[in-house]
Amino acid sequence: MNDSAEPSRGTRGRMEAGLKRRHRREALFRLAGLLATAVGIVFLGVFFVSLFAQGLSAFKQTFVELDIEYSEEILAPGGQPDLEYADYDSLVRNALWKEFPEVTDRQARRQLARLVSAGAGFQLRDALRENPELIGTGQRVPVPVSADVDMLAKGKIDRAAVAAQRRLSDRQIDWIDELSGQGRLQTRFNVALFTNGDSREPELAGIRGALMGSLYMLIVTIALAFPLGVAAAVYLEEFAPKNRWADLIEVNINNLAAVPSIVFGLLGLAVFVNWLGMPRSAPLVGGLVLALLTLPVIIIASRAAIKAVPPSIREAALGIGASRMQVVFHHVLPLALPGMLTGAIIGMSRALGETAPLLMIGMVAFIVDVPSGFTDPATALPVQIFLWADSPERAFAERTSAAIIVLLGFLLLMNLAAIIMRKKAGRQW
Amino acid sequence: MSELKSLEDEAVVPATPEDPPAAASPKKASMRRRLEEISELTGKTVGQVRATDPYVVAENVNVHYGDLHAIKDVTLEIGRQQVVALIGPSGCGKSTFLRCLNRMNDSIESARVSGRITLGGQDIYSKDLDPVALRARVGIVFQKPNPFPKSIYDNVAYGPRIHGLAGDRAELDEIVYTSLERAGLLKEVRDRLDEAGTSLSGGQQQRLCIARTIAVNPEVILMDEPCSALDPIATARIEDLIDELSENFAIVIVTHSMQQAARVSRRVAYFHLGMLVEVDDTDKIFTNPQHKLTENYITGRFG
Repeated sequence: MNDSAEPSRGTRGRMEAGLKRRHRREALFRLAGLLATAVGIVFLGVFFVSLFAQGLSAFKQTFVELDIEYSEEILAPGGQPDLEYADYDSLVRNALWKEFPEVTDRQARRQLARLVSAGAGFQLRDALRENPELIGTGQRVPVPVSADVDMLAKGKIDRAAVAAQRRLSDRQIDWIDELSGQGRLQTRFNVALFTNGDSREPELAGIRGALMGSLYMLIVTIALAFPLGVAAAVYLEEFAPKNRWADLIEVNINNLAAVPSIVFGLLGLAVFVNWLGMPRSAPLVGGLVLALLTLPVIIIASRAAIKAVPPSIREAALGIGASRMQVVFHHVLPLALPGMLTGAIIGMSRALGETAPLLMIGMVAFIVDVPSGFTDPATALPVQIFLWADSPERAFAERTSAAIIVLLGFLLLMNLAAIIMRKKAGRQW
Repeated sequence: MSELKSLEDEAVVPATPEDPPAAASPKKASMRRRLEEISELTGKTVGQVRATDPYVVAENVNVHYGDLHAIKDVTLEIGRQQVVALIGPSGCGKSTFLRCLNRMNDSIESARVSGRITLGGQDIYSKDLDPVALRARVGIVFQKPNPFPKSIYDNVAYGPRIHGLAGDRAELDEIVYTSLERAGLLKEVRDRLDEAGTSLSGGQQQRLCIARTIAVNPEVILMDEPCSALDPIATARIEDLIDELSENFAIVIVTHSMQQAARVSRRVAYFHLGMLVEVDDTDKIFTNPQHKLTENYITGRFG
């Protein structure tokens, strides 16, 4: 009995020793995985906290209530009101001077006028255009303050700093405090951020131009890259003969996915702009370049999705007498669609965040107008972020973060759309 | 592709454990036995390759997968309304032969088929025959039930739809109901035709696949181990079904179960290493096989 039990105990002992080591390794590996995840989450948290801490204030804008006199003298000097070219700025200036009658010298008055944004005049113009009966009357109107005053109100200008190192003089700060004391300052939602194009004045600068530019570009990109990519993937997977040429094409597509994006920008500049004579800075060209950029990603993802369709489904359809085309369109594509959509969205997300190739085709220009078509000069969200990050004004710093938040929101929306589409496509079992 | 793989396995013919205990090393004995077996493979088929009322006729069929000679000079006739079972060890080429009959091998790029196969006198490998039309005439049921990820109704209606067999919805309904009825499935699924075909049990799925196949009204049905993934009860149902279907169709069935072959088929063909060793009436094969290899196989002494 003992003799036969001996060797088995030896094996078991060895196994138990090994088991302990195996468990220890597993625990270590788990710990490492947990640590990696934690580090990732911490970094993401830091990123989001700093982004929102910086950027959230940009969604608010400070306004000052002024008693505006729509005097006929200024608005209709010749008797006939000229609402297009009237001197709206002096309406604002007059209101300010009336507020502080003790300020009389030219320099001080100019400083006083600088408290209010240049956009205040435009605001009055729009109000009058809508309602011309206002001429000759007076009204208390909230108008946007200049970016520096806005920064002071948001606490982003240090009052204790030496006056020479501040953007606002002591006198200006006193005036602001006086207005604030009267309860004339108010913060409102910054509508201009979403309705305006770019501007040199931070308080007038908005992301609408960039947003529309990105949107037009993505429309061009998806309209080109998705059908082309899916068609190429279907051909390569289902119809192309498997030979050396197919291997060569596959290697090239994989390499193309790894080509630095700026190279695509140069290609776009050479081919679309210089050779084909397409307009510079246009979302059309940007979309074409980004389509080239995303095409390999979509092809690779689509091929993987097609490969994942079980061959038994293909055999079943073939066996019942479906043609190869019917097999593809009735069975393979519906089953591969969710995977293809995922690939397309990954490609689109990459395209949305792409900056470098757009610099090459002139989408980095300072463009104030909101584009209203595919060939209008435009810029894109990431380029706008790049431009604003480069601007010295303090108020652009928070707008940079705000634009990043909008970009992330855009991405989130796209991913959401992808999830919904995937759910819809996947519902047929 | 999977076909190729299983054929590669062929090289490893399993040594039988219930070998007569030789005084010398058992390895040597098994080697000697294999040599004997191979020498017995003359390439000439014994028994009756001809059928009385032939419908599918294969003459000197050879199949190559690249360099691999998978089917060697097989001649076999299959009669109208006859069930023929193809048996043999794994990788002997019976599935390959089956798939030649409706040109499913076309989708394997390296496959080359030579020889002549006719269906009702018409050469199915001739240039002017469309394989798509052929597969509607020669249906196939696979080893693993593979319903489409669509509703039960759409599974059965798919074939008639693509071939334009139904003029309107009522006609299509009629085809679907009859096919399900003939496949013995209608009673179980009548109230849930719009549910997914994949939600059925394995046996039901296989009967759904059979219903799908007979919905296009084929002349021949090929079955590639249709019961190997099913439990005995589901198997029995399918076997009953094969019996009923044989009144209208010629059926060729590949099976690993000798009992099944004995139960459902009129004739049995034994394949070995790509050759058709013996074909004969089922009772004759199982009671009085002519060839040594056949005898070894059916008595369980081999493979």
